[in-house]
Amino acid sequence: MESHNGPTGQTGAHLLHRLFEVQQQYMHIPKQSILELAGELRLPVSQVESVVDFYSFFHRTPRGRFDLLFSNCTSCGDTAMMRSLCKRLNVTPGETRADGLVSINETSCIGMCDQGPALLVNSRTLTGLTAIRLEQIAAQIEAGVPVPEWPVEWFRVQDNVRKNGLLLGTAFETGSGLRAALEKGPEAMLAEVTQSGLRGRGGAGFSTGMKWKFCREAKGDAHYVVCNADEGEPGTFKDRILLSSHAHAVFEGMSICGHIIGASKGYLYLRGEYRYLLNDLHAVLKRRHKARLLGKHILGQAFDFDIEIIVGAGAYICGEESALIESMEQKRGIPRVRPPFPVTKGYLDQPTVVNNVETLAAAALIAVHGGAWFSGHGSEKSAGSKVLSISGDCTTPGVYEYPFGVSIQRILDDCGAEDVQAVQVGGPSGTLIAPDEFERKLGFEDLATGGSFMIYSKDRDLLKVISNFTHFFAHESCGFCTPCRVGTTLLKNGLDKIASGHGTKSDVDEMYRMATMVKRRSHCGLGQTAPNPLLDALKRFPEVFEQRLVHDSEFEPHFDLDAALEEARQISHRDDAEAHLA
Amino acid sequence: MSTRKIRVATTSLAGCFGCHMSFLDIDERIVGLIEHVEFSRSPINDIKHCHPDCDIGLIEGGLCNAENVHVLKEFRESCKIIIAVGACAINGGVPAMRNHFTLKECLEEAYLDGIGVENPMIPNDVELPLLLSKVHPIHEVVHVDYYLPGCPPPADAFMKVLTDLLEGKEPSLPKEILHFD
Ligand SMILES: Cc1cc2nc3c(=O)[nH]c(=O)nc-3n(C[C@H](O)[C@H](O)[C@H](O)COP(=O)(O)O)c2cc1C
Ligand code: SF4
Ligand code: SF4
Repeated sequence: MESHNGPTGQTGAHLLHRLFEVQQQYMHIPKQSILELAGELRLPVSQVESVVDFYSFFHRTPRGRFDLLFSNCTSCGDTAMMRSLCKRLNVTPGETRADGLVSINETSCIGMCDQGPALLVNSRTLTGLTAIRLEQIAAQIEAGVPVPEWPVEWFRVQDNVRKNGLLLGTAFETGSGLRAALEKGPEAMLAEVTQSGLRGRGGAGFSTGMKWKFCREAKGDAHYVVCNADEGEPGTFKDRILLSSHAHAVFEGMSICGHIIGASKGYLYLRGEYRYLLNDLHAVLKRRHKARLLGKHILGQAFDFDIEIIVGAGAYICGEESALIESMEQKRGIPRVRPPFPVTKGYLDQPTVVNNVETLAAAALIAVHGGAWFSGHGSEKSAGSKVLSISGDCTTPGVYEYPFGVSIQRILDDCGAEDVQAVQVGGPSGTLIAPDEFERKLGFEDLATGGSFMIYSKDRDLLKVISNFTHFFAHESCGFCTPCRVGTTLLKNGLDKIASGHGTKSDVDEMYRMATMVKRRSHCGLGQTAPNPLLDALKRFPEVFEQRLVHDSEFEPHFDLDAALEEARQISHRDDAEAHLA
Repeated sequence: MSTRKIRVATTSLAGCFGCHMSFLDIDERIVGLIEHVEFSRSPINDIKHCHPDCDIGLIEGGLCNAENVHVLKEFRESCKIIIAVGACAINGGVPAMRNHFTLKECLEEAYLDGIGVENPMIPNDVELPLLLSKVHPIHEVVHVDYYLPGCPPPADAFMKVLTDLLEGKEPSLPKEILHFD
């Protein structure tokens, strides 16, 4: 197995990493580089090309020397700001300015929802945008000041932890979890994890003990642990702070899992948007090597385990575990057919555990404090606590940790949310709820969540919110299966039609039919949840649609018929009556 | 219910007439059909406009120009049930391949730059319907009641849909007819 890390501990020979370097150097991936990389990594040219085309951070034609990507998330995005900077710098969104200096575009949520508006400039995260800051940015760009020389405070990312709980509030001594696990031995430690009742924090909530047990029992040449740090669900940023301030616990959870399942290799798949965390994470890995918590003969025992970091390149679908594994294997992030599940056939077709960052951090604490300690918190079917990323219309957005079973209202009170119209629990793929449901509780029994919690006040146009989410899914659909590839775009078009004031009741009925079909027929979780915002809104906020509909017509065309003739009118220099359509 | 025959109108918009040809592949079954059906506007009989009270309109082809839009609207106003027939009506089909290019590029290739073009000029006679900037499926302009897929749909599919409608049933196509390989 080749190492993906270079001798300096920096990321190296993985295709995604090499493409990142090429993209940074030439601001695109030249044809020649594709051929060279194919040779260097011994991959088919077609595979390298397909990867270049799949990930949104790679381009075939040059981006500007300053390449800016504004988040378009409802919490950390501000596309009006993007348009104003475009105007100021004379840039068309999505295109590179003729002199090659600058390009500006949108990107899906970059996980800065507690400190937006935010953007990526040459893949570095810039937070807390203001009109003044935009003006300063424009000046730096026009003056050609390289991004590394921009003031460091522009790039500061705060943790913003507002409320500690079981996970964030319990002091963790580096190495204590691993020491306890090695002392207990794999079987006893696995029993401890199972007894804790820990369920996956990535959203699906599968029992972690069971997952590890299945993987431990699966036969293979090697076993692998993968930490899913793709955190792409809009409104989610809790893994960000776990990685920035609790990285030891996360790596320790991976190591403990490795010990139990018999793996000697672990990977952390970090979303490209969090590249700014990479140096610190490598430094933590180095410290762990020094402390004999990683590498050969960990803590003097017969246990070898090492961890590498693989950085993604802008694809939400790579958070889906089998797509993530494909991406690790230097391919496009297309979800696999499951079963077989990764626990039996994962990375390189070997038994693999994929766990969320928070799940692994919790496992490290369970090793120290025991399963009973953990299961003593939370609710019956949802042991422990949940770290939430709270954003949107409230006075103090940030990270809050609660025992499972907490009510939505309690959370809203804590973060200073008033006049709330709706809450999107669990991100766009989760559930949109109305005020009469604010006594519902967080947990796998009722409202499951991967951690996103977005609040919308009465002043918000909910149709815009739903439309934003629907555009997100259409953009992020990997394109593998037709119901999702075509369906998400049709839902997006339908919402745009209604938003523009041309929708009728028949469009709503058609969208409902389409949404149900996309949900039922899609290959993976993305398509199966993509219609949720629309379906939830139709059920709970029908007036949002109702008030935009054209009521005196049963059907309105999907496009402006007369405008569709404009091009032909110009080419033929005609303007007679027949050259128009009513 | 009156005893008059069911009135069917048909047209080919931006299509190749292949769907109509396939319809005619019902062969001698047309004799039985005629017992219950009379054709209004259709290329089969050259009637120029729809009877204002048609029951079924079969539309082949998508929309590529202003005239297509006028015809489609006439059908929608005259027919109780509109059926989009074939890939072109349903998705735009082959004519929609031009959607990858601008209209200007298409016209320049056809009338100015193409091989063998004499007297190059882009036609602009007022008699000619203007082209839409893109080719569209018909459901984007009028409400469509049913879709009959295929390129073209097999004769049996036409028969099945028409027979179902004649019998007052919700038309449905069995898998054998929808399966093309
Ligand atoms: C479209 C899609 C995106 C996902 N994104 C993430 C993600 O960013 N992080 C994550 O941990 N799980 C994500 N998941 C869930 C993973 O597939 C998987 O269930 C999870 O990583 C398992 O870890 P857990 O058991 O610890 O939750 C995603 C699933 C889908 C369908
Ligand atoms: S549901 Fe969407 S994201 Fe998932 S495989 Fe199909 S096209 Fe790809
Ligand atoms: S669907 Fe096929 S047969 Fe019918 S008009 Fe189009 S190209 Fe011709």
